[in-house]
Amino acid sequence: MTGLVVEIGEKAFPGASGGANPPLYKDFRLEIADRAFVALLGPSGLGKTTLLNMIAGVDKAFTGRLDFTNGRRPRISYVFQSPRLLPWRTVLQNVALPLPQGADSLKRARAAIADVGLAGSEDVYPERLSLGMQRRVALARGFAVEPELLLMDEPFVSLDEANTAKLHDLLNDLIAARPTTTLFVTHDSREAVRLADRIVVLEGPPARIARDITVPLTREARRIPGEIERVRDLVVGRLQSVAAVNG
Amino acid sequence: MASRLGWSAISLAVFVAVWWVIALAHGDFRLLPTPPLVIDALVVTAKSGALFYNLLVTLARVAASFLLAMTLGSALGILLGMSRTADRLIGPWVVLFLNLPALVIIILCYVWFGLIESAAVAAVAINKIPNVAVTLREGAASLSRDLAEMAAVYGFGPWKTLRHVILPQLAPFFAAAARSGLALVWKIVLVVELLGRPNGVGFELQTAFQLFDVATILAYAFAFGFIVQAIELGIIQPWEQAANRWRR
Repeated sequence: MTGLVVEIGEKAFPGASGGANPPLYKDFRLEIADRAFVALLGPSGLGKTTLLNMIAGVDKAFTGRLDFTNGRRPRISYVFQSPRLLPWRTVLQNVALPLPQGADSLKRARAAIADVGLAGSEDVYPERLSLGMQRRVALARGFAVEPELLLMDEPFVSLDEANTAKLHDLLNDLIAARPTTTLFVTHDSREAVRLADRIVVLEGPPARIARDITVPLTREARRIPGEIERVRDLVVGRLQSVAAVNG
Repeated sequence: MASRLGWSAISLAVFVAVWWVIALAHGDFRLLPTPPLVIDALVVTAKSGALFYNLLVTLARVAASFLLAMTLGSALGILLGMSRTADRLIGPWVVLFLNLPALVIIILCYVWFGLIESAAVAAVAINKIPNVAVTLREGAASLSRDLAEMAAVYGFGPWKTLRHVILPQLAPFFAAAARSGLALVWKIVLVVELLGRPNGVGFELQTAFQLFDVATILAYAFAFGFIVQAIELGIIQPWEQAANRWRR
């Protein structure tokens, strides 16, 4: 397991004409405790995905530093906004490929596929599955590697409500069974309250932390719409003073 | 599949019939032999052993230069597709060689390296490499960044990334290059044999040409065309189907 400190001096994308766009991040700092479930909430286009990409190491074009509290680079899983499965490999191969090779890897992959409720679909090619099922495969792949740090980028966007609720429950169960530090990007405040124990609300650009809220709900309370709405008031800033106390 | 074969058979039968009628109408069987005369010529060369020997020799040259061109051309094309600097530096060379006449390359290879086997194979390969490179450059330039990032995050490493992420994306481009490559390579191989080899289908065609033996020329042409068709149907198409199983 690992905690994480992100410090970004500056991050900007090059503009179309060759110059630099205004920075997405400037002197930004975010600390994430070990085994925390942190939701990053903010409007689209703010650079939430960019932040995950920088943490995941696929975007290295920034000044700043990442400190993992366990002192080395942790095992990272990244559940992307689109499932990003290999269409020419079966569900089983997609889940097994990130695992270290060995007799064990297929077993672990099968278990992860069963965990997301897709037992029986191991030998299917992803494009034959519905989007909801593809998202579950992506989730299975993310969990099969037993990550120390789990990055999730709106992994349930564009699903219907029933499917989303199911996947939320599934995510809760999986994390309860195997605790991991989670950073979950979303623009849906209800989803954030439903899942996270800490919500970081971003504003900008450049992105800065507008509110930092601890969600005091138990697992059971998260299923009660009234409770969710109560916390949501803090999150969306309708009750600034309480939020400030909490932050 | 069955009906497609049926249609192909009908189409080819009509072709043979038209040829037969024209040959009979023309009347000079030395200039345009009828189908039975070509089959006779085929049987004669087959019985002497010359047919199979020369087909084999030519096929070996086709295989060698095809493999050489596919390997080097793919490597070059992938490099050009993935690196903009490489494309800027070497891209113009590819265009230059793409437009260099096959005959020029063949003659230069023979002049510089002698009338030897390796010069013949190299000449054919050099003719084909730019085509393969251009096709694979398209493929490499359109590789998915999303999947590359996924592979990087999940620590696939170079070998797994190549095998499971990159090559499957390039498969259609390999198939296109292989198909057009086979057709081009075997035509050029015949020219190479005609100009500077003592055996092979191209050499036999030249001999038949000097003897004005049109029946033998047609016999070799059909025998070799048949083999290339068999490679297409027996190897390339099944491989393509296997590679495309995952498509909806």
